[in-house]
This record gives sequence, structure tokens and C-alpha cells, in this order.
Amino acid sequence: MRIPLSWLRDYVPIPEDEDAHEIAEHLVRAGLEVEEIHDVAAELTGPLVVGRVREIDELTGFKKPIRFCRVEVGADHGHPETPGIRGIICGATNFTAGDLVVVALPGAVLPGGFAIGSRKTYGHVSDGMICSERELALGQDHAGIMVLPPGTGEPGDDARPVLGVGDQVIEVTVTPDIGYCLSMRGIARELSVAYGLPLADPGTELAELPAPSGGEPVAVRVEDLDRAALYTLSTIREFDPDAPTPQWMRARLTAAGVRCISLAVDVTNYVMIETGQPLHAFDLARLTGQVVVRRARDGERLETLDHVVRELTSDDLVIADERGPVGLAGVMGGLGSEITDSTRDIALEAAWFAPAGVARTARRHKLPSDASRRFERGVDRVLAPYAAARAAALLLELGGGTYAGMSAVEAPYEPTRILLQDALPARIAGTEVDPADVFARLQAIGCTVTGDGRLTVTPPSWRPDLTDPYDLVEEVLRLGGYDRIPSVVPRAPLGAGLTLAQRQRRKVSREMAAFGCTEVLSTPFIGTPDLDALGLAADDQRRRAVRLANPLSDEAPLMRSTLLPGLLATVRRNVGRGFDDLALYETGAVFVRRDGQPEGGHVDPPRPSVQHRPSAAELTALEGLLPDQPLRLATAFAGLRTLPGWWGAGTAASWADAVESARVAAASIGTDLQVRAGQTPMPWHPGRCAELVVGTAVVGHAGELHPRVIAALDLPVRTAAMELDLTVVLEAARVARGTGALPTYPVAKEDVALVVDESVASADVEAALRAGAGELLESLRLFDLYTGAQVGEGRKSLAYAMRFRAEDRTLTVEEVNAARDAAVASASHAVGATLRA
Amino acid sequence: MSATNSPYDPVEVADLSAEAVQGAVDTALAAVAAAQDLDQLKAARIAHAGDRSPLALANREIGALPPHAKADAGKRVGQARAAVRSAIEARQHELEAERDARVLVEEAVDVTLPYDRRSRGARHPLTTMHERIADVFVAMGWDVAEGPEIEAEWINFDALNIGPDHPARTMQDTFFVGSETSGVVLRTHTSPVQIRTLLDRPLPVYVACPGRVYRTDEIDATHSPVFHQVEGLVVDEGITVAHLKGTLDHFAREMFGPATKTRWRPSYFPFTEPSLEFDVWFEAAKGGPRWIEWGGCGMVNPRVLAAAGVDSERYTGFAFGIGIDRTLMFSRDVTDMRDMFEGDVRFTALFGAEL
Repeated sequence: MRIPLSWLRDYVPIPEDEDAHEIAEHLVRAGLEVEEIHDVAAELTGPLVVGRVREIDELTGFKKPIRFCRVEVGADHGHPETPGIRGIICGATNFTAGDLVVVALPGAVLPGGFAIGSRKTYGHVSDGMICSERELALGQDHAGIMVLPPGTGEPGDDARPVLGVGDQVIEVTVTPDIGYCLSMRGIARELSVAYGLPLADPGTELAELPAPSGGEPVAVRVEDLDRAALYTLSTIREFDPDAPTPQWMRARLTAAGVRCISLAVDVTNYVMIETGQPLHAFDLARLTGQVVVRRARDGERLETLDHVVRELTSDDLVIADERGPVGLAGVMGGLGSEITDSTRDIALEAAWFAPAGVARTARRHKLPSDASRRFERGVDRVLAPYAAARAAALLLELGGGTYAGMSAVEAPYEPTRILLQDALPARIAGTEVDPADVFARLQAIGCTVTGDGRLTVTPPSWRPDLTDPYDLVEEVLRLGGYDRIPSVVPRAPLGAGLTLAQRQRRKVSREMAAFGCTEVLSTPFIGTPDLDALGLAADDQRRRAVRLANPLSDEAPLMRSTLLPGLLATVRRNVGRGFDDLALYETGAVFVRRDGQPEGGHVDPPRPSVQHRPSAAELTALEGLLPDQPLRLATAFAGLRTLPGWWGAGTAASWADAVESARVAAASIGTDLQVRAGQTPMPWHPGRCAELVVGTAVVGHAGELHPRVIAALDLPVRTAAMELDLTVVLEAARVARGTGALPTYPVAKEDVALVVDESVASADVEAALRAGAGELLESLRLFDLYTGAQVGEGRKSLAYAMRFRAEDRTLTVEEVNAARDAAVASASHAVGATLRA
Repeated sequence: MSATNSPYDPVEVADLSAEAVQGAVDTALAAVAAAQDLDQLKAARIAHAGDRSPLALANREIGALPPHAKADAGKRVGQARAAVRSAIEARQHELEAERDARVLVEEAVDVTLPYDRRSRGARHPLTTMHERIADVFVAMGWDVAEGPEIEAEWINFDALNIGPDHPARTMQDTFFVGSETSGVVLRTHTSPVQIRTLLDRPLPVYVACPGRVYRTDEIDATHSPVFHQVEGLVVDEGITVAHLKGTLDHFAREMFGPATKTRWRPSYFPFTEPSLEFDVWFEAAKGGPRWIEWGGCGMVNPRVLAAAGVDSERYTGFAFGIGIDRTLMFSRDVTDMRDMFEGDVRFTALFGAEL
């Protein structure tokens, strides 16, 4: 909403020395968001005058028409050699001798820093410029220069007041609750309260109209009084379609950001901005019979003013004549009954349409308009006749014609009554609020207030947002100023801090960074090709991704069911930016549809009442709508994991880093995570992927990506990754418990090298050793892996360092040997291990 | 092994004579003094103070002396050995000092050599910011609550007094799941956690709810379809606007320093009544201190309390919401929102330290 200040001052006498920034401050304090202050005056300096074109020389021999004009600019502004006259070159042709134009004289600076001078061009001295709307930043029109209506002014007059430039415009955003501020009337009311100045309300005074004559007004019938509680149609005949819109109105509309079209349309827009009442003018000649306000019939169509044919439904309220819909009520008129430049007979609609219905129609047809924006937010319930009279008076005054009267249908109007304890504002504010102030502030915004202590408040018709005591509390407090309310920290009950799961998540995150990984946040939006690139089978769980009805991009209509597509895309992006050695991690939710959840969404979902707490069954039903949303952790490794340097060689990132990242994450919170060679679904390299197991559940995979996936995603060779279900890993965490004082008897160290088939998993060898070694084993660590001639083809040697210790004694050599031999025997039995010779 | 001697005559035990002992001492001291490095000193120690040194051998002879001679010889040999040991120790210290001054210097390395075998990891600043914010509220005794990112439309909108036809639903451009009538959306704000909190927890509640939210904005320098908010909710007896201001004043000072001020403006949110927006006076702003719009807040609308089954006659509450991404941007001079969501390692590494 753009507010030209000169227009605003018609209704509230804000002192002239109060500048736009100060006024804007008051609007902000009232609850309006000020977007910008346009200061046209500051951008337009120097002599700008009204001129009259006296003579036009059409110059020939140029590629385009060029005119040399002698323009009368008043005694004070003429050229020294041609008193009162300036010679000006002009490329426009939309004017004739005698027209009034706007002339920028040498020394003027136009918006955009365009300095006007005297210059020689096309063989003449051009001594100024005849201006177009766009050059003056008054509008977009650049097809020709501005021709002022006759009588607008005299040559030599300052053009600024005539044009309405030199004005300041405050642009505000209006929140949905205060629809009345989408008008000069509403803004003026807020400022009249803020400044304590009187308000000349244009919405409560009925404009004077001549007695109806010249035939009956068009008749009206309303079939749906709930959706159209007030409908008026004023009829004007013999209107002059050629009558121009006066310059003052053009200037105001332009400053308000509205394009000028024709007098009839301009007047409806002017009155809408002035009062907040949307108006629509029909060409009476193009209506047939009585006007009916009714629901559309399914299958009916209407071509709206924007040249789009709309398929209507029975929830759309329409204005119809005998032949069918001519307008979408409260949203947009029909093309077939539009005012044209030959319209002489006008039917002027002013009505009150129910907000919810207009909102639904505007949304269904994706057709937000100036009218629908106002109706959705609630238009003054009783305003229509006032606005209609105002518009009719303007049309008659400016375009002539005869007034045939107004047809009106209205449902009974029962204003809301709210009971308010005058102590409630203080109770909500947490500070004293004088009951007298409560009374006075509510009256100031237009409420009728009666009672003492227990107040009966009737909000004004333009405040449909005020429906309960808390709405009134807000009015009282905002007018008092929130800055005056003290600042007091409430005392919360003693807290318990973060939950275990929250602390665990922080720990895992820190541990991943300590492991050398860099955290990224990648896009959660993916597409089927992303899942295809991972090579996922048709029945893979991750194929049950959640689909968006309105994705930003048709290429990414799904929510991620795995972190890998996003994470691997960041790998590729970083490599593309010159970072080849990468260790990345991400934690976040993924989304998988549960059994029976349709991809296309639920039909007829539960919508419990909002009057009370939903029942347990309703809550269960709501939860049943939602997909699984487990938290995942993923890592990715590419390039070098350690770099070469003066210390020696580097090591390539590999499956081993990926697997270790899972071990580290689990160990950091005390979850026993097993790594095993098992099923290796895509996208994993079948020989280089481990199943990650907690208890008996597979919680994820880690290892090298399948070469096909690496090729499809254009990743570095041997890129490795890990993804696990963090929710399960967190839940399986166990708190460590002490086992008594730490034993301090000497440790006995034994190394054993075992030879096994290459296919045997080291985890199995280790498990067998542990099982066999018994309680004396303190720790066990694989310290070497050897394959080669010494152990034979298809075999490998695993060397383990074993440490034995007893709690209560120094172990004897015999005891240690026995434990070691038992461990070896166990490995021999379980996996066919033999001691390496 | 004893030297050859006559059993009972000490005089005949030549090695124990005063002259012999003094001679051995002199020889030893000369050898110690002559030792030029620790190895030579070690040789001298073995030769003159070792098990087979003349004084050690002489010492063994004492046992063979008659009782009356033992004391005298013992004292003499003992003093001699002590003198030698003391000289060796002194020389040891001298030579070690010399070695320290010379050898350790020769072993010096270039300690400025980089040892960047493995790059350091880093956490994303939004994660750190999120934790920092949570910690401020935890320190006030609040809990941290969470909710799902894919949310029931009823919880995201209806229960928050944003009815099906409410204009606010067009303020927030919503991603719908499946179809626009499925009743499931990507949550457009963290406010649905208010509803979940009130439905799930006993009163009173003091919770902060940080999390990820979604709106259908194309990504550019200042917009992203995915961003982060923190919601605060207090519902207790006697909660007022003053408490709301006190809490956010404290929060702002914790985040931006003790000089931070706040400014309050009326606004509109369907789920609060009254509704306010607040600005912070940010001292450390690039280009000088200025007011920055920080968030929206208000007193929980009694209709929201009703939908969650809370007695609004007895309880009042306040709620607020703040953009975490925006806070990071203005407080850390991040100028392009895309940097936060593209995963470029340079961005995370830059902010890898604690915020």
C-alpha cells in the first residue's frame, strides 16, 4: 500500500513540517510495516513548469519523426531572445498546438539524476525538455509526452502541484488483521489517534447526489446473503466516455501506484484507495436483465478481465445476468461486461462479500486482486452505500450523465459485542493500565464502550478483526506503546538441562568433526533420478520417498529418503571447486512413507475441532498421517585421507575410513556397534561394504560406493561413504559402569600370528580369540595383516597383540600360555586358523 | 678375590696403606678431570669407581684385617671412595651441561614444519548457533523440545488459529505433501512444536524449540526454501508481556553482548494476541550499530490454548520465533544464504570455531 502524504492530509491535518520519516515512525508504532519512503521532491529539482505548445515544425530527413516546438513557458522563463517562449526539440507526436505540456527548463534535474540543459540537436537549439510520465517518475507511460487537461494551469506555473509531484509517498505492508489500513481512511484513522488530531472520515459521510432520474436503476437479486450480506448497484446513464481523468486524480493514483485507465475505472480505484471499499463498474449496455448474486453452477465459465477463461465451481460466488456470470464476486470482473472507451451507461457495484469465500475463490483461481486482498481481510460491513455514493458523485461531476439511483440488498447487520474486564489489559501486560485509558483508547479506535469495570465494547464496522477480549487488549496495549511495559525475566521451574538424546547428538556431531570430517547441510529435495543413480532396487525402502504436491522444481519433487544424494552432490561440488581431499558429514532427518501411506497423499484427512483438545483417537489419526522421519548420520570420503609430506607418504581415503566413522560415532556415545560382512545392497561396492549392526538390527552400511554409482554421479574413484540410523544408535547407547578398582598387577603381553583363508572376516577371528582367551584377556588388537608367498595363495596372516591381566595376582607364565593357547584353539576351531610358523 | 697378603698384618696389606689409597685417589681424580666427554667419564668411572677399581679391591681387603685395624682402614678407604664419587658426579654435571649446550642444539629440528597429515574437521555454524541458542535457554531452566519436519496441517495451521481460509495461509507459501488436500505439509515454522508441547507435557512449560522449516521460496542470496528457526514457549500462571520482554531482552544480551537494546512494535500473528515484532540494536553490525529486525512474538492466543486443551482462564503464555539463519547472517556477516546450504567446505571451515 502506497500512501501519498498530500492525499492523506485531506483526512487528517498532520502539520506540514512533520516529514515523511516522522509520520512513518508513527505508523510503525501503530503496527504497520514501513517498506520504503519515496521522496519524489528530493529527486526532482530546478524549474519544471506548465507550457503551452504554440507552433510545431515537423522536421524531415531523420529516421524518426522529430518536432521543433515553440512552447510558451511564461514571462519569467522564456529565452532572452524570445520572451516567454522556448524552442524545444521533441520526438513525440501525441500533441498538437495549443496543448498544455510539462516543460523541464535548463537547470532542472529529473529523477535518476538526468540534468536538463540547453543543447544543439537536429539543427536547432533545444532549450529544455517536454516531459513524459516516465521521465518524471510519475508512471510507466513513455509512448508520448504528458498532455495536461485544458485548464489545468497557465504557462509558467510551477508544474509540481499540478502533477502532484513534490509529494512524499510512504509504502507500507499491512498485516492480514488490519484490512481497514488498505485505505487512506484507515491510515488516516491510525494517525489521527497517534497524533491526537481530528479525523475527516470519508467513509461515514454520504456524498450528495441528485435525485434519481432518467429511468429505473438496474434491479438486483441476492441468492446467497451469507456470502453477499450487502450488495448495491448504482446506475448512471449518458456518461461521457471521452471525459478525461483530471490531473489531480491521475497524480494521486499514480503516486499510489495505480495505473490510470479511463475516468470510470480511475474513479472506482480512487474511491477504493480512499475508503477501502472495492468497487466494480459494469458496462450496462453489455448486461442483460436483472443482476443476480448467486453461486456458480458447476461447469459454468467466465472469462475474467485478465483474458483467462475460468472454470467455476459451486463454491464460487458470481455476479450474473440473465445469460450467465459476468463477474467473480469480490475477485475480478468479467471481460464481457468490462467498461470500454465507448461506455455511456454504467452499473457501479459496491458490496460486502464474506472473507472466507473470497479467499477460497481467489486461491482456487490463483487470482489475487486488489479487491480480493481487501475482501479477504474484511471490508467495512456498512461502507458500500457510502463508497458507492462517493464514486457516483465523482463520476457525475467529472463525466456528466444522469443518476438513476441505487438498488441495494442487505442482510440484517448485528455488530459484535464484547465483554471486557477493564483489568484484563493490565493482567496481560504485567504492568498497570489505567481503566480510564482502556476506555479512552477503545473509543479512539471507533469502539462504542459502555459500563464501568465490566465493559461492553462494540467494535466499529471496519474492525471485523476485533472479536474477543484479547483483541481489545491488544488495541489497548499497542496504543499505549509496548516500550512502556517493563522487562521482567520469568522464573522457570528448576530445569534438567538437555535430554540424554540431545547431549548424545551433540557428542556424535563433535566426534565426527574430531574425526576430521567437515559438516555440511545439503538440500533435502531430491528426484527419482537421484535414487536411480544410487541404483536402488524397485522394492528398496528408500524408494518410498515422500512426494511434494508443489515442489520448487519438477526435477526434485521428493523429500530425501537417504542423506546420500545430497551429501554426494556436495562432494561433487567441492571437487568441482578444487577441493579433492574430502571428509564430510551430515546429520538430518530423512523421510520414508509408512505402510499404506499413499504417495499422492491422504484423502479426507482428519481435521479435529480447534475448540478443545483433540481426543486421543484424533491425535493418533493425525500422527498416522506422517511418514517415518528418522534421524540419520552420513559421512563421505574422497581423495586423500592423510596427505604426503616430510613425514612420509599419504593414504588414500577408503572404505576403511567410512567404516571407522561409524565405529567412532557409535563408540562416542557408548553404543555397541558391530561391523560385519553381510548383505550389500546398492549403492555399495559388493566386496567393500560392511553392514552396521546394533543388537540384531542392521542400522546402516559403510564402505566404498559401487563403481557404477561413482560413474553415474561423477564422483572421484573409490569414493567411500557411510549412512546409519542415528535414532536407533542413540537409543542403544549404554551408560558405562565401573567394575571395581582398576587392577594394578603386571600385564602380560603375547603376540600371535594366525593364518586363515582370505575369505575369513577378521571380525570372526577376533571374536573367536576373545571367546577362547577368557576373562584374563584385557585387550586384543590386530596389528598386522600379511598376504604373500610366506603364507601361501589364498591365505592371509593376522597378527594380534594380546594383553592379559588378573585382578588379584601376578599371572604366571603357565597361566598366560594357557589363555593364549585357548584363544588360538578357539580361533582354530571357529575359523580354521593355524599359528603362523 | 683377595690380594695376596699375610693374614694378620695390616702393614703388609700394601693396597690399604695411606700412600696407596691416596695414590689411587690421585690417579682417579686425574682421570676424571681428564675425561673430555661422557663416554670417557664413564670409562673413568668403571676404572676408578667400578667393582674392579683399585679402591674397590682395596675395600675388600678390609675384612681380612684384625679388628683393631679395620676401623682405621675402613675410614680411609671410605673417604677416598667418596672423594672419587664426588669428583665423578661433579664432572658428570659439567659434561652433561656441555652436552646439553652442544649436542641437543645439534639435534634441533625446524619446529615450524607443518604437520598437516589430516585436515581438521569442522561443524557447521548453524549447528553451533543452534546449540548456543539452546544453551541460553537451558541456563534459564528451560527444556529444549523438538517436533517433526513433516507435520500435520492441523498442527501446523489449524491449531495455531490459522484456519483453512485464513489469509495468513497465503502469507506463508507452504509445501504440501502428496496433494494440497492431504492434510500434511512441510512445517512452515517451528510453531507447531508449541502445540505438541502443550499436548504432550504437563504445565507449566518453558521450552525452546530450534529446528528446520520450509517455505516455497526459490533460493537466492537472502531466501532459501529450507531454513531454521527457534521457537520459544512459556505457559504458566500469571505470564505477561513484561515476562516476554524480559526473556527476549536477556536472550538478546546473551547473543549480542550487554549493550544490546530491543525495540517493540505491534504486529500480527494468528497464534498470538497481542502480537509484536522486535528489533535489536546490534552494536557489532558491519558498517556501524543499527536496528535489526529479529523476530516475532506475542502472548499465546487463548484460542491456541483452547485447541491444546489448556485452561486459558488459569494460564497465560508467551511465544516467540527467531530465524537462526538470519541471526547467523547479520551477526557473522554472511552475505549469501546459498553459502550455508551448498556444503562448500570453505564455509564450514571458516566458522569451525565455537560461535
